[in-house]
Amino acid sequence: MTKGTIRKVAGPLVVAGGMAEARMYDVVYVSDMRLLGEIIEIKGDAASIQVYEETWGLGPGDRVYSTGEPLSLELGPGLLTSIYDGIQRPLDKVRERSGDWISRGINIPGLDHSRRWEFTPTATVGSAATGGDFLGSVPETATVEHRIMIPPGISGTLAWVAPAGSYTIDEVIAKVRTASGEEVDLRMYQKWPVRRARPVQKKMAPTEPLVTGQRVIDAFFPVGKGGTACVPGPFGSGKTVIQHQLAKWADAEIVVYVGCGERGNEMTDVLQEFPEILDPRSGKPLILRTVLVANTSNMPVAAREASVYTGMTIAEYFRDMGYSVALMADSTSRWAEAMREMSGRLEEMPGEEGYPAYLGTRIAEFYERAGKVHCLCSGEREGALTVVGAVSPAGGDLSDPVVQATLRVVKVFWSLQARLAYMRHFPAIGWLESYSLYTENLRDWYGKELDAGWTALRNGAIALLQEEANLQEIARLVGAESLSSEDQLTLFTARSIREDFLHQNAFHEVDTFCSMRKQVRLLGLIMSIHESLSRAIGAGASPKDLFSLPFRESVARARYVPENRLEEIDRILETAGSEIEGVLEQTARAGEGA
Amino acid sequence: MIREYRTTVEISGPLMFVENVEGVTYEELAEIELPDGTIRHGRVLEVNESMALVQLFEGSSGVGISQSVVRFLGKSVELGVSETMLGRVFDGQGRPRAPFDTFPPIVPDRMININGSPLNPYARDYPAEFIQTGLSSIDGINTLVRGQKLPVFSASGLPHSAVAAQIARQARVIGEGESFAVVFAALGITFEEADYFIRDFKSTGAMDRAVVFLNLADDPAIERIATPRLALTAAEYLAYQKDMHILVILTDMTNYCDALREISAARREVPGRRGYPGYLYTDLSTIYERAGRVKGRKGSITQIPILTMPEDDKTHPIPDLTGYITEGQLILNRELHKRGVYPPMDVMESLSRLKDKGIGKGKTREDHADLFNQLMAAYSAGKNARELAVILGTAALSPLDQQYLRFAEEYERRYISQGEGENRTIEETLDLGWELLKLLPREEMKRVRPEHLDKYWPAGEHS
Repeated sequence: MTKGTIRKVAGPLVVAGGMAEARMYDVVYVSDMRLLGEIIEIKGDAASIQVYEETWGLGPGDRVYSTGEPLSLELGPGLLTSIYDGIQRPLDKVRERSGDWISRGINIPGLDHSRRWEFTPTATVGSAATGGDFLGSVPETATVEHRIMIPPGISGTLAWVAPAGSYTIDEVIAKVRTASGEEVDLRMYQKWPVRRARPVQKKMAPTEPLVTGQRVIDAFFPVGKGGTACVPGPFGSGKTVIQHQLAKWADAEIVVYVGCGERGNEMTDVLQEFPEILDPRSGKPLILRTVLVANTSNMPVAAREASVYTGMTIAEYFRDMGYSVALMADSTSRWAEAMREMSGRLEEMPGEEGYPAYLGTRIAEFYERAGKVHCLCSGEREGALTVVGAVSPAGGDLSDPVVQATLRVVKVFWSLQARLAYMRHFPAIGWLESYSLYTENLRDWYGKELDAGWTALRNGAIALLQEEANLQEIARLVGAESLSSEDQLTLFTARSIREDFLHQNAFHEVDTFCSMRKQVRLLGLIMSIHESLSRAIGAGASPKDLFSLPFRESVARARYVPENRLEEIDRILETAGSEIEGVLEQTARAGEGA
Repeated sequence: MIREYRTTVEISGPLMFVENVEGVTYEELAEIELPDGTIRHGRVLEVNESMALVQLFEGSSGVGISQSVVRFLGKSVELGVSETMLGRVFDGQGRPRAPFDTFPPIVPDRMININGSPLNPYARDYPAEFIQTGLSSIDGINTLVRGQKLPVFSASGLPHSAVAAQIARQARVIGEGESFAVVFAALGITFEEADYFIRDFKSTGAMDRAVVFLNLADDPAIERIATPRLALTAAEYLAYQKDMHILVILTDMTNYCDALREISAARREVPGRRGYPGYLYTDLSTIYERAGRVKGRKGSITQIPILTMPEDDKTHPIPDLTGYITEGQLILNRELHKRGVYPPMDVMESLSRLKDKGIGKGKTREDHADLFNQLMAAYSAGKNARELAVILGTAALSPLDQQYLRFAEEYERRYISQGEGENRTIEETLDLGWELLKLLPREEMKRVRPEHLDKYWPAGEHS
């Protein structure tokens, strides 16, 4: 073990001498309090260390001990339902040890080494074994089966596998004989360095949407399973609510939620809510499929930098089991700021707005760890890792370097608009500004799983909204009354799309989640009414009479129709149809009278 | 071990470099003795080999290189706390502050490091208890809950002090007689402003339940870095050791940030936006995140930091970063102020993120959330109509838009506006909301669940 001596302390940065043998990104213990740190620069025999804990009380002369290993996680049963800090210390255990406030120098392993798990072997002795192959499984929670895998990099033949029974993660449950005849002991957990992507066989393009139950996302700007999305927006525009909604309702099998440099109360909210909310698919509490990483803004800044990688590595590990995983990172801007702070302390030459010149590279590398993949294993197995990053640009200005670097790599952009938030139109995702580059990839899936006309329906609705934006300029100048009947109809339907479809109340028990089936019916309802109205106007009916028909109120309530009574939406359409028919008859009669 | 040094080699702005030191640690407290015996204080910002960089709280004027004696005290900056702090006025370093307080220093129950430790997110309890401030624009629209941090974004010339004082005076949790106290920290505000608060506290009897820390405009600017932390240390002691519910008012955070910028500039750090250091967000969060509730502990800390937005600009780094950390913001609006609306609360731009858990059945009333949504939608439509009326004239508006316009006027005049001494109950606020909505057609109530609409506005009743 290398031992060094502190020379300099400046905030979270410590420089230690006598570290000639240290390697970049090795983990070190700083001072006899054993504060955890990581080497981020080496000059001669001096190593610059970012310390994951507060550094007050440290001074020149204190010792530094290198572990010779990079920052790694323990991956195995026990991850789910946990809440970790940025370097995988379980916060519930930390509380048991140090009380309500986090004291320093607490080193607790990420997994519980004393807990016993029910292991069932699935692999056969004598078969070829390679990294990623399943050895057996553990029912980790009521909804998730934890598949125990051979760690990447090991291959040979399976020499022995333990019989079914309960084991701790420290017990050997299998042995692999490698080509050189050596026997490798395998346990139920493996270690993996956070900054290195876990290997896969092959990456593929996403072809299936991540259904989130949020209409503006699923219908207009979908993200594919294995895709990347970003949500930039000023404060108060609802980034966190969107991230929470996705973590709650997205049809992923595993959700990893990283609270990176954000509010402590938001994590408390997740912690208190997720055990209560039932997953609409499994009927079991959402927390059973969730891993939380919480490095709130008042926790040490260096650990915040590590937290996104910790979350990513856990997510990749579950992806390797063949699961569809969603990672929410809120907020990547705080991660970037942590990089900026360390870069400043290292006195590196700054790039834009003081951010380090490698900001774009780091962000691209991060999002590139997402993807739909053929998992590493000797057979065929597909997994997907979808990444959704929130970005908090300074002043809500999208020219912010973090936003720009992110937009260069992600395929979906949900643009949060302060304007919509003030109007309390939530989710405040701007329909004119946002985009998704997955719609083409997903077309086949929509054709197969949904109504064949879905894409046309959706494109029609978007076209109306775009037209509305143009018309509004004119209406502002000359007044809506002086527009042509057709244009008035466009405004009428666009308003209905905005208020009755895109607007969604995250705090309403029914409206918070909307299945694809219901989305198709809702949008179908609005667009069918649009067509009927258009025909009626063509036949000479007065827009004024049509727009004041009572169906408006029932259309507005259609989104509160529970999932098990969707036929009510069809009835609303029938009623609307007959009301419009009524006006047409009147028009015809009036025409005859004249 | 106390070590004395006469090895100061450089003084620059509020910073002092001391050479040949030994055993000095980061964040250590230092004492500087001047030739005339005066003692100044500072803390170690950086140690590099045998060189220590010390930040002087009282600034560097009058400090010389050759005659100053620097002592490192082997501890970080601490505050002596005790329950007897209630009713007292301290300076920015925690000493009794004349002329407001002429009593001897308190006898501390214990000494606490003012930086605190981060609260474990797992130990937090979610704020969910409604605080009634008696102001409709807060209670009805941007509801404050116990343990929340809700800043007031103001600007020069706006009545933020009056609003804050009114909240401090009226805030209570309905139906509870628990011990409640105010911790007030003045950061670089004028004597007059500070005096306004103290007189207000004294005249209402609130002073007995208040702890005041004053760093006024003519006090050393660098001391301001410590002042909010002293206040929060006192608040944490009272909340978590003495089971009290504490309301912390910090005013004006803009002055705090400027002091931080001063030090950053003196250290020649790479500046971020507008010259503020890149770590401003992290630094502010170590203040704001000290609000909250802790599982298993009775007390709570609710924070109302006040800041003035330079040029009324919300995207200025100080309000911007504050808004990203705090759980909403109350924004005061100059236009409303000019029209005589008090409090001039911009309810559209203001936001309380925690309100959803603090309102509804059993907290305020079951219709609160829907009513809130409807009022906001209606006010927004009314404001749009007002804009349109400016271009086209009121007569050109559709009848519905005219109704909305009238609603917006009445909403500002009767709902947002209220007297400085007017303390409305939540029922009064909610009922007033319904009364105003009845200026509109009933079928416009799209955001209200039918059952609430039927209860508070039965079909057939006038509109």
